[in-house]
Parts: sequence; C-alpha cells; structure tokens
Amino acid sequence: MRQIEWAMWANEQALASGLILITGGIVATAGQFAQWYLGTYSIAAGVLICLLEYPRGKRRKGSTMERCGQKYLTRVVKVFGPLTSNYYIRAFLHLGLSVPAGFLLATILGTACLAIASSIYLLAAVQGEQWTPIETKPKERPQVGGTIKQPPSNPPPRPPAEARKKPSEEEEGAGVPVGGPQENPMPVTDEVV
Amino acid sequence: MMGCWILSESLSIILVLSWLGVNLYLFIDTFRWYEEEESFLYTRVILGSTLAWARASAVCLNFNCMLILLPISRNLLSLMRGTSSCFRGPWRRQLDKNLKFHKLVAYGIAMNATIHVSAHLCNLEHYHWSQSPEAEGLAAALSKLGDSPDETYLNPIRTFHTNTITELLTTVAGITGLLISLALILIMTSSTELIRQASYELFWCTHHVFIIFLIGLAVHGAGRIVRGQTAESLLLHNVTFCREHLAEWQTAARCPVPQFSGKEPSAWKWVLGPVVLYACERIIRFWRFQQEVVITKVVSHPSGVLELHMKKRDFKMAPGQYVLIQCPSISSLEWHPFTLTSAPQEDFFSVHIRAAGDWTEALCKAFGAEGQALKEPWSLPRLAVDGPFGAALTDVFHYPVSMCIATGIGVTPFASLLKSIWYQCCESQTQWKLSKVYFYWICRDPGAFEWFADLLLSLETRMSEHAKTHFLSYHIFLTGWDENQAFHIALHWDENTDVITGLRQKTFYGRPNWNHEFRQVAYSHPSSNIGVFFCGPKALSKIIQRMCRLYSSADPRGVHFHYNRESF
Repeated sequence: MRQIEWAMWANEQALASGLILITGGIVATAGQFAQWYLGTYSIAAGVLICLLEYPRGKRRKGSTMERCGQKYLTRVVKVFGPLTSNYYIRAFLHLGLSVPAGFLLATILGTACLAIASSIYLLAAVQGEQWTPIETKPKERPQVGGTIKQPPSNPPPRPPAEARKKPSEEEEGAGVPVGGPQENPMPVTDEVV
Repeated sequence: MMGCWILSESLSIILVLSWLGVNLYLFIDTFRWYEEEESFLYTRVILGSTLAWARASAVCLNFNCMLILLPISRNLLSLMRGTSSCFRGPWRRQLDKNLKFHKLVAYGIAMNATIHVSAHLCNLEHYHWSQSPEAEGLAAALSKLGDSPDETYLNPIRTFHTNTITELLTTVAGITGLLISLALILIMTSSTELIRQASYELFWCTHHVFIIFLIGLAVHGAGRIVRGQTAESLLLHNVTFCREHLAEWQTAARCPVPQFSGKEPSAWKWVLGPVVLYACERIIRFWRFQQEVVITKVVSHPSGVLELHMKKRDFKMAPGQYVLIQCPSISSLEWHPFTLTSAPQEDFFSVHIRAAGDWTEALCKAFGAEGQALKEPWSLPRLAVDGPFGAALTDVFHYPVSMCIATGIGVTPFASLLKSIWYQCCESQTQWKLSKVYFYWICRDPGAFEWFADLLLSLETRMSEHAKTHFLSYHIFLTGWDENQAFHIALHWDENTDVITGLRQKTFYGRPNWNHEFRQVAYSHPSSNIGVFFCGPKALSKIIQRMCRLYSSADPRGVHFHYNRESF
C-alpha cells in the first residue's frame, strides 16, 4: 500500500465528528431533553473541533489542496505551536472532548466518530506525522531592470540568438537589417468572431 | 438531430429531477400517512410529528439504498449498453455518468440518515419522558399498557429508571442504527477526492464497510419497535371517541384496552435485488480477473510511452472504448482505465500507457521500458483486464462528413478509429455513408508525435494505394517549440515532407484558427450533416461547441454541425 498520511483521513473524520456533535447538541438543546446542558457543551466542543481541524496541514510529499479560506484559521492554529502541531496531543484532546458527550443520547454518535478520529490521529502520530501550516508564498515583486544585462546592439528584425553570436566584424553593418522584411510562412488573421 | 443535442443535455437533468421527484413523493406520501393514519394515533400522542419524520426518511433511505449499488455494477451497465436496441445515443451517454449518480444517491442517503437519526433520537426521549412520574393523561396511560399479561405494549421503554443510552444499546434497532451510522460516516470521510487521490487503497478498503451497512440495515427493523394499533383492535376500540374518555377505558365496553403490534421490517425487501445483482457483478469481476491475458508484444517508445499488445478470449471491442487494467504485482487493488488504441479488426487489442504517476511508472519499469536489457516473455508481470467499457466512437460512421478533434494524449481513442478506417478502407465492397474525415490534432510536445506518426504515415500510404487520398484530411498543430526547433523548421520549410513527422501533410505551428477551419469545411460541404467529435480540455470544448452553433446554417437543408459530447 502506498504510504498514506493517516492525518489526512483523521482530519476529515474529526471535521465530520465536529459537525455531528454540533447537530446532536442542537437537537438535544432545542428538545430540552434530560441533561441538555451536555448538548450545549457538545455544540461548543464541536465548534472548537471544526475550527481546529478546518485548516489542512501540509503534506509531506506533493502539494496540498487548501480548504476555501483556511489561511486565516491557519494563522490562529499556528500560534499554539506544539499544542496543535503534535498529533499525540491532538489525539488525546479529541478523546478528552468526546467523553462528556458520550453521556447524552443525542451526541453519542459524535462521541463514537470523534473517538475513531482520535485513534487515527494516534496512528498518525506513531508514524511520525505532524501538522505543518501551509504558508502562502509572498508575492515576488518583479525587479525592474534587474534582468537587463546588456541591451541589444542591433535594431529589429534580429536573427535568432545563435546567429547573433557572430564575430564582431559583422557589427559594422549592424545598423542594416539582414535579409528582407519578415515573411510569415503562414497567413495570419486575427480570431475575432 | 438538433433535438438530439437538446435531449442529451437535458437527459441528465431529467433523470436527476425524476430521482428527486420520486424521493419527494415517497417522503411526503409516507409523512402524510403516518400523520393521519388511525392505527398510529396513539403512537402520535406520545411521539408527535417526529414519528412521521422518522418513517418518511426511512422510506427514502430504503429507496436510495436500493439504488446505490446499481450504478457501480459496471458489468451490468456494459450488458445494458450492449443491448443496442433499447440504449441508443443519449441514453448510452447517461450510462457513462454512473459514478456521478452513485455520489448523488450517497448524498441522498446522508441527508435522509440525518433526518432519520435526529427524529428517532427525539422519539426515544419522548418515550422515556412519558414513563416519568410527571407525565399525565393519555401519554402516561398508554405507556403503562403492556404490564398486564393480556396487554400488548406501545412504549418500548418500560420504566423511567433507565437512561436512554442504555435503552439504545439494548435494542436491536439501537445497536444496528449506531453501527450503520458509523459505517456510513467512515465510508463518506474516506471517499473525499483528496483521500481517493492520496491513497486509493484506503478509499477502496474502507468502502467495503458497506457490507456491514447493508447487513445492519436488513436487521435494523427486526426489533419491531415502531408500533401501531392492530386492525382488530381498531374495530373494537374507536380511537376518536375513546381518546377523550380515558377514564372509561377499563370499564366501558366501547373502549377495550387497545392492542398494538410492531411494524415488520421492510428494508431487506428493497435491497435484496440489488445485493444479488452486485454479488453477481463481483463474481463476474473475479472470473474476468482469473481469465488469462496473453501479452503478445511490448513496444517501448522513446517518448516514455509503453505500448502493450494483448489477447484475451472472447474479447470484442469498438473504437473509442476503454479497458481497466490491474497488475497484481504492483498493486492488488488498483484498476486503471486505458483507452484502447487498436482497431476491432485486429486479432489483438492494444493500449498505450504513458508514465504519469506511481502506478504507471512502476508498470513501465516492470515491462523493461527503462532501457534495460530485453525482458523474456515469462518474466513479464501478469495483467488482468476488465472491459471493454465506455461509449464507442462508432457514431463517426453515421455521418457523411466527420470532424475529429483531439488534443495531446486525447488522440488515443481516435487512433483506434483511424486504424478501423484503415482496415475498412481495404474492404472497398462496403458502401459507406461516411465519405470524408477531417482530423485535427493539437499537440504541445513533438516527441509525443512519434508513435502516432507511424500510424498516420501508413494511413497516408494506404489511402494513396487505394486512390482514396481525399478521404482523410488531417491537420497537425504544434503549439510548443523552442528557438532551435524553430530555426530547424525554417531551414527545411520548402521540403516535400514535414521535418517533424515525415508526413506529406505539413505540420502547422500555433493553435488552429477555428473560424477558418469551420468556414472551410462548411464551404466544402454546403448541405451535409457534419459530426464533430472532440477529446480534450473543457475550455476548447466550449470553443468548438460555439463554432458548431455559429457555422450551422438556419436553413434545414444547409450545413449542420452536430457536436458529440463524448467523454472518453
């Protein structure tokens, strides 16, 4: 099996669990069932998990597809340093968050999903993976004039580069274009419909 | 034929709307039934509308679970495609969109599952609450039914001194429901595009959890905890009267104690058929996997393209189709699609494989494409081939004039077509409808030309031998070159054969001017139906479609371009 980065699947699973916890929490709180305060807890935990899991980590090999608008959350998640980049901590965090929700019927599914996500993160941590933020490359300002080394010595039309590297006696007649005017081998028309 | 185009575009929309329509009909019909049905009146007293929500979404779930296995039974689909009497033209194209439909049904299952689970959560809580000491009135009285030996129960939760989680985990429906939901979530999180591309094996293996899903689904209703009043009890116990006269239930003869029974499970009836079909499908795939594929020729082209000639018993193909190839020594789970490049008239079938990823690179290496010593036939890895699948390009022969446009590697289905034309050219007895083929190939890399150039060269020779030089008119456009190449080309401009391809027809440089091309073709064939076939990127597809519309004349007797949107 080609080596998969388990964290990718754990991330999807944890994000789904967060959403399920939020849904279950809403059902419990709105229905005012017994111990519905656990429902409010689930909503809060779910939101926290979604915010934590939304920014995708950088893959070890190849390019990573970013989620829409994740760069803002990446900045926030990056601030916590090893708390968020270490997957052992993440696994235990998810396990811990899932336990209280396990006591309420509406959120028991969320608990089970989050526990599975936690175990996949544990597997990822054992494999040595960690969360690295996807940095946006700063836009390179084009250096004005930086690439012009030596201005051309003859006016256009100019023969191709190899032909230009002729000995310097040709430069006496450099002002006169070689050959007739440019002839296009194919008739050129514009593509305006 | 214009109607055909409109039909094929809107057929997908019509099918999706029909699916949606059936879902909505089932949902609304079941919802109304459970909201109005007398036998469930007492159940509604305890549960409210959430009963109807749960049951309506359950019926939709049954319907969608029935449909989900059908689009991925590709051998069944091939069978349907093969029976050309019922599945022609636009219908056949729909069969190629099977995976999209599978995903659509999966989303339907996810949505209905959410509604179903949420509704039943509320139901369990309502049942629990109506056993509490604070519950009064009809709900409380109904919940107490079933304690005496001659009574049947309505409320599956028998006492308040339990919690709902325990109740969930001690009923068949509860445990299977939890299992099914977990299975569904695992399947969905491992099927995202990212995971499929990163590790196909994880996606494939996790997807097999659907077996647990279907078994759980079949068993889910066995506990019969959705209970309604029995028909006999309804005759004796008039609900509209008795619900107002709770106090008289034990005493009055008009209101004997109501009797309840559980609804029998129905999910297995919906999914049994498709499960049997899918089981047959897997058996067929396994049998095809066991079938021997003999590799008769291996050609390694300098452009990094590996050509494999193979033979398999009872293999029949049409131009434009593809096969799925598996190499157990590289990966026992991955099947990769490759368009067939041989003609049906040949006694072998061939594919051209370019090393563009892990699997293809490993395959090229295994077949000795890296320039090592020649491999012996017995040391070549075993291959398994499934197929052929896909829409055939045979529609080309149904038009008097056809234009075939391909970009880059998209030329492969047309290679098969041109070879087929080459063979049929020899059998001059067959009177064809097709009298002219225009072939356009737009390519960035001249190195990619070379395996196809041989084909065009032999085609050119063959055509001139049979005095049919005007049958095929091909135009090759090279869109990428460097200065050295440009210099070289300019130097050899006036020669008879093209400097890059060696063909008599000169290569053009830069992108084609489609206005010019379409205008010329329209001018040469003023009153014909011209079929346009394209294989390449979407942006160019839009341009070609625009050209087809632009240059088709409004006069029904004039020239008409018919764009055939095939995905190869």
